Amino acid sequence: MSTILDSKIPEGPLAEKWTNYKAHQKLVNPANKRRLDIIVVGTGLAGASAAASLGEMGFKVLNFCIQDSPRRAHSIAAQGGINAAKNYQNDGDSVYRLFYDTIKGGDYRAREANVYRLAEVSNNIIDQCVAQGVPFAREYGGTLDNRSFGGAQVSRTFYAKGQTGQQLLLGAYSALSRQVNKGNVQLYTRREMMDLVIIDGRARGIIVRNLVTGELERYAAHAVVIATGGYGNTYFLSTNAMSCNGSAAVECYRRGAYFANPCYVQIHPTCIPMHGSFQSKLTLMSESLRNDGRIWVPKKLEDAKALQAGTKKANDIPDEDRDFYLERRYPAFGNLVPRDVASRAAKERCDKGYGVNNTGLAVFLDFKYAIDRLGEDVVRQRYGNLFQMYEEITDENPYKTPMMIYPAIHYTMGGIWVDYELQTTIKGLFAIGECNFSDHGANRLGASALMQGLADGYFVLPYTIQNYLADQITVPRFSKDLPEFEEAEKNVRARIDKLMAVQGDETVDSIHKRLGNIMWEFVGMGRTKEGLQEAIKRIEAIRKEFWTKVYIPGEKTGMNTELEKALRVADFIDMGELIAYDALHREESCGGHFREEYQTEEGEAKRDDANFSYVACWKYKGGGEAPEMVKEDLNYQFVKVQTRNYKS
Amino acid sequence: MEKTINFTLRVWRQKDAHSKGYFEDHQMEGISGDTSFLEMLDILNERLVKEHKEPIVFDHDCREGICGMCSLYVNGHPHGPEGGCTTCQLFMRKFEDGSTITVEPWRSAGFPVIKDLMVDRSAYDKIMQAGGYVSVNTGAAQDANAILIPKEVADEAMDAASCIGCGACVAACKNGSAMLFVAAKVSQLALLPQGKVEAARRAKAMVAKMEELGFGNCTNTGACAAECPKCVSLSNIARLNREFIKAKLAD
Repeated sequence: MSTILDSKIPEGPLAEKWTNYKAHQKLVNPANKRRLDIIVVGTGLAGASAAASLGEMGFKVLNFCIQDSPRRAHSIAAQGGINAAKNYQNDGDSVYRLFYDTIKGGDYRAREANVYRLAEVSNNIIDQCVAQGVPFAREYGGTLDNRSFGGAQVSRTFYAKGQTGQQLLLGAYSALSRQVNKGNVQLYTRREMMDLVIIDGRARGIIVRNLVTGELERYAAHAVVIATGGYGNTYFLSTNAMSCNGSAAVECYRRGAYFANPCYVQIHPTCIPMHGSFQSKLTLMSESLRNDGRIWVPKKLEDAKALQAGTKKANDIPDEDRDFYLERRYPAFGNLVPRDVASRAAKERCDKGYGVNNTGLAVFLDFKYAIDRLGEDVVRQRYGNLFQMYEEITDENPYKTPMMIYPAIHYTMGGIWVDYELQTTIKGLFAIGECNFSDHGANRLGASALMQGLADGYFVLPYTIQNYLADQITVPRFSKDLPEFEEAEKNVRARIDKLMAVQGDETVDSIHKRLGNIMWEFVGMGRTKEGLQEAIKRIEAIRKEFWTKVYIPGEKTGMNTELEKALRVADFIDMGELIAYDALHREESCGGHFREEYQTEEGEAKRDDANFSYVACWKYKGGGEAPEMVKEDLNYQFVKVQTRNYKS
Repeated sequence: MEKTINFTLRVWRQKDAHSKGYFEDHQMEGISGDTSFLEMLDILNERLVKEHKEPIVFDHDCREGICGMCSLYVNGHPHGPEGGCTTCQLFMRKFEDGSTITVEPWRSAGFPVIKDLMVDRSAYDKIMQAGGYVSVNTGAAQDANAILIPKEVADEAMDAASCIGCGACVAACKNGSAMLFVAAKVSQLALLPQGKVEAARRAKAMVAKMEELGFGNCTNTGACAAECPKCVSLSNIARLNREFIKAKLAD
C-alpha cells in the first residue's frame, strides 16, 4: 500500500536543474513527431500555448474546448497582469527573488525545483508574447511598463490595461490558429471531456460529449494533456466563468491520477460583494487596485452600524475614524499583502461587526487618497475600465464614493498531482495550468496564474513530454474500437442514462447552490474540525438528494444544457467532499487553508512544519470508500523555511 | 428601496438549425433592478425547468463582459440598447416597468442558429486561422524591450485588440459584414513593428476568407462601431482598407 511518489527532480544546484534536464532529456526527431498524436483538453493559456507549441514542433495535436471558440476560455477574464523577473525597473528583482517570493507567498508548501523553473522561464514568456503582438502597456520612452502586486516589494507585473488575460490568451489563440491553418492542430469545439481511456496502463484517449449533437465521441492519441482549469465552481458562487468545472480532473482522479492538496483554495480579497439569491457569479476587481486604493472600515462600531443601516455614508466618516487595518497590521506590505492574508483580515473585521454594507459583509477600497495625490485623470488612465465595470454592476461611482469589496472564491492551488515533468501518476497523462497542483503551494500570488499557465504550455511541457514520447515512436496509432474505448464509452453512457432516469423535482442549480452554501460556510475562509465533519455529512446528504431528486428536462441527444450542468454538479459533489477530507486531515493553517484551531495570538496562520510539510495526494478508492492519502515530502534544500512575515 | 420591475419577455425559440423558429411570451414579475439580463434568463429557466419544460438555450460564460460568448439581440440591438456593454453587463434597472422586451439570436448568414438564441460563430475562428497572427514560433523571440514602441502606438493597438469576437458588429450590419472584426485584428498587428512584416499578406488573407464564408460587403454605415460593446473604432476599417489597397497595389 505504501506508494512512493517520485517527483523526478533533477540533480544539481537549484539554478542548474532545468538546464541540466533539458541537456539530458530524450528528444523525438522530426520524422517521428509526425507519427505521434497528442490530445490537449482545454484552450486557456496553458492549453492553447501547449497545443500551439506542440503543433509548431511537428506533433499532430487534437485540441478540445467546451466553448464555441478557443478564445473564450476563462483565462480571458484575468485582469491585472503577469509576473516576470525582468528587473526592467532596476528595483532589485531577479529570478531568485521571484522564486523566493513565490515560495514564501505559497507559505512554504510548493516544490522548490518547480518554482525555480517557473521564475526562470518567466522572462521568456514576456519576450514570446511581445513577439506575438501582445500590446502590453508601455512608458513614453517605448519600453514596457510594470506595476506591483501583492506579496512583492518590486514592480514586476506586466499588463495590458485591465485586460491582460485577454491579450495573452488572444496571443496564444493566434499562435494556435496559425497551427490550425497549417494542419498541425485539429480543433474540436463545443466538446466536453467525459472520461479518460487507459490502455495497458497508459493514457491513450478520451471520450467526449459533443454538446451540440449530444453524441459521445472517441479520440485516440499517444499522450493526453489536460489543461482544464480549476474546481472553484464547487462553491457555486465564485469568480470563475459559468462553464468552468473540475470534471476532467475528477475523471482522471477516478481513473487513478492522484489529486494533490485539494483544500488549497484561493479566496480573492477584492470582489464585488454578494447581493441577492439569484446571483449567478461574483465579479473580481483586479488586485492591481490595491496599488493605489486604501482598504478601510470604521474604527467605531457605531459608525459601522450606521453604514449598515444606511444612515451614514462612507464620506461622512472622517479620516481619524477610519481603520486602515492592513496598513495597521502589516506596515511593510500594507495594502499589498498576499491574497490569503488580505481576505482573512477582511473577514476578521466583518466578523467583529465592522462590515460596511447592508449585509455587513463588505469593506471599503478607497481611491480618494490616490485621486488627491495623482489627480482623477491618472487614476482613470490606470483603472478606468475597472471603475466603469464596477459602476455598471453596482450603479455607484467609485471616483466619488469608495468601492465596496469582499472576498470570494477565485482560484484553486490544488489539482492533479504531477512530477517535475508535469506527468501525473498515470503514464502518458499530463496536467498543466491551474488543473495541476504544482507551483503555488498553499497560496498563489497575484499575476502568477498567467505566468504558470504560459510557462507550462510554452516552455515546460513541450520539452518534458518528449522525454515520454521518445519511447513511444514505435507505437502505432490506436484503433478506437478497442475494448478500452468501448468500456469507457459505456460507463459514460450509463452515467448519463442514470441521470436522465432520476426524473425528480429539483433543478440542477438549486442543488448546486446548496452544495455551494455548505462549502462556503464550512470549507471556506475559516475551517474547524467540527465544521468539516459536518460538511462531509451534509455533502453526503446532497449526493443522495442529487441522485434521487434531480430533474433534467429534454433528451440526452441534441443540445441539453441542463444535462451538461448536471454532469458537472455530480463531479462537484465528489470534489467538495475531497476538499473537505483534505482540509480535515491538514491540522495546521497555511496559505489559503485556515484552520481556526491553529492560529497565533494575533490571528495569523500557524503552520506545523514538523508534521505537515508535505503534499497530500489523494488516491481514489471507488465504491463509496474514503480516498487514501499518499504523501510527497517537501524537502527544502535551498530556502530557509520561516514563518511568513509581512509586517516588517 | 431597490427597484423591481414586471415585463413581458418575448423570446425566440428554435429547436435546431433546420427547424422553423417562433416567438414565445413569458410574464416576468418582481425582477430586481440589480439582476443582470442573463440572471433574469436564469430565473426564467429555473421556472421553466420546474414546470418540466425545456429551458431557453443561450451562449454565456464569463459574465463579466470579456469572453464574448453572450450574443443576444435585445429590443433590436446587439447586446441591448444600452451601448458600450455586453448582454451579461446589462442590468434590468435599465428597462421600463410594464414593457415588452424582445430577445432574438444574432441574425446573419455567417452565423446560423444552433438552438434558440445560440448561434454558430466558428466562421470567426476560420478568419483568424487565415492570417490573424504573427508568424513566430515559441522560443524564437528576442528580448521584449529590444524594439521600442511609442506609448501612443501601443495604446492604439490595445484599443483595436480589445475586440472580444462576439459578433455584434456582424449582427448590427445590414450587409452582415465582418469588416470591423477583421479590421480590429489587422489594425492591432499592423500598428506594431512585430506584425508589420506580414501586414499585407494578413489583410488579403483575412478579407478573402471573410468573403468566402458568406459575410457581406462593408458600405460604411457605421452600425458596427455604434453597437460594438467594446467601442472598437470605425477608424480601424479605414486602416484595413489602406492595408488592403497597399497589398493589392503591390501585387
